Amino acid sequence: MKISKEEVGYVADLARLSFDEAQTEKLQGDLSAVLDYVAALEKLDTTDVKPTEHVLELVNVLRPDVVGETLPIDKVLANAPEAENNAFRVPRVVE
Amino acid sequence: MEYDIVIGMEIHAELATKSKIFCSCPTEFGADENTHACPVCLGMPGVLPVLNEKVVEYAAMAGLALNCKIANFSKMDRKNYFYPDLPKAYQTSQFDLPICTGGTVTIDTPDGKKDVGITRIHIEEDAGKLIHEGGGGTLVDVNRCGVPLIEIVTEPDLTNAEDARIFAEKIRDTLEYTGVSDCKMQEGSIRFDVNLSVKPKGSTELGTRTEMKNLNSFRALMRAVQYESKRQIIELKKGNRIIQETRKWDDAKGVSSSMRSKEEAHDYRYFPEPDLVPIVLSDERIEEIRSTLPELPEAKRLRYVNDFGLPEYDAEVLTAKKALSDFFEESVALIDEPKMISNWLMVEIPPLLKEHELTAEEIPFTPASLAELIGLIQDGTISGKIAKSVLADMFEAPEKAPKTIVDEKGLAQMNDSGELEAIIEKIVDENPKSVEDIAGGNKKAYGFLTGQVMKATKGKANPQEANKIIREKVQAKIDS
Repeated sequence: MKISKEEVGYVADLARLSFDEAQTEKLQGDLSAVLDYVAALEKLDTTDVKPTEHVLELVNVLRPDVVGETLPIDKVLANAPEAENNAFRVPRVVE
Repeated sequence: MEYDIVIGMEIHAELATKSKIFCSCPTEFGADENTHACPVCLGMPGVLPVLNEKVVEYAAMAGLALNCKIANFSKMDRKNYFYPDLPKAYQTSQFDLPICTGGTVTIDTPDGKKDVGITRIHIEEDAGKLIHEGGGGTLVDVNRCGVPLIEIVTEPDLTNAEDARIFAEKIRDTLEYTGVSDCKMQEGSIRFDVNLSVKPKGSTELGTRTEMKNLNSFRALMRAVQYESKRQIIELKKGNRIIQETRKWDDAKGVSSSMRSKEEAHDYRYFPEPDLVPIVLSDERIEEIRSTLPELPEAKRLRYVNDFGLPEYDAEVLTAKKALSDFFEESVALIDEPKMISNWLMVEIPPLLKEHELTAEEIPFTPASLAELIGLIQDGTISGKIAKSVLADMFEAPEKAPKTIVDEKGLAQMNDSGELEAIIEKIVDENPKSVEDIAGGNKKAYGFLTGQVMKATKGKANPQEANKIIREKVQAKIDS
């Protein structure tokens, strides 16, 4: 199954990535190969197979509602490219 | 052509946990920017979220209170989107297996009782706060990231603005009552989204809907519904199509407008959250949670009518706010005068609360003080009228016992008939005209004499006792 340029563009957009013409063409092939590989599973009869919600057998891993340590503000902002008034500063987003 | 309005709601409520949903940061409102943060809620790589057990319990409680079925098996999912209020670039939520499904809420509307279906309630995390000020970008505060939420989704069963408001208030009251959320609207701990469409009257086919998000007061909710339904009807009458979109409600201007900034289709690419394992609740565990539910307003209302003999109206007012009903019950446990307590709580206390800018949760004195005040009226120490002035003092000095206020101000009624008799005798002597009037059949003069007595005793005379003595003295004068 060959996926279109538009589909590559759409997926790239969702992931906030941008590709030039040559890269897009290469990805068309790569992504198609992935989909074909997974498509092999569709040949199986899964009528009686329960969907897998989680690969582990564990359930109910919970913690008590207790307040603990928080990070000091300099650690919180250590990786921030820009900060102002103890807040992260990002390019303006319009509501 | 006439149109029907079709409304469904999505209600987000922050749960009243102490710590966040997946980490131990505090949830408290109003802290300095980014002080309630840790590697988990900052979305650092390699961290492992662990679900707060109280979140599961509260979500199930909300579901039980809204007559939902609680799932024996549910799971968390990732909802992917990029926005700076979400450091992880996905919101942990629930997609196909929410914790509660299929509930019903019955509301009392001006046109009678109506049922509103609850489609589902799911658990999710709140996002951070964006501050847009000046021209220099947007500031991000992550304190609210990871504060636990439930999202309640209704069926499109509401048909007008008033019903939408009544429904929203009922949800607020229920969540507040069960203690699941503090529902402080001014702090955004409960928010309403409205999905609205219109269709030709009687038609079974739904029209195209629009969505208005984050309506943060009941008034805004009502006005937004009124405006948007009118707008859609006008568009259709002009022969235009309704565009499916999110619209922004501007409460100051009273208009909704299109949010054209996000033209792209929403594609959240939900998938099961690999970092969190499923939530399993046995029937026994669900029943255990049910047993912790406090009595809900309706049941309480019935009990107030049946056990305390209160009128329906009193029962409704007292049970509408949990704080008020708690205060009532604590008072009634101390003094068995339900109707009197109800009157004080409904009639005398609210204007004083308003004057002091307090809410029903903030009555400054204890139920024991109210019970003591009522006791003082009961045993004749003070009149009802004096009690009102004592109540006003209790708002000023809540730590003082009513008895202390009465003693300090010398407000106790004059029950010593000797002292009272002397005062009355003097007044009767000084007012021969009144005695003449009474002798001549003008009973109104009694009122004047009573007024004089009250004035002389600064209102402390026991009215029944005073009236009795006045009659005796006047009669004695006439006879002599």
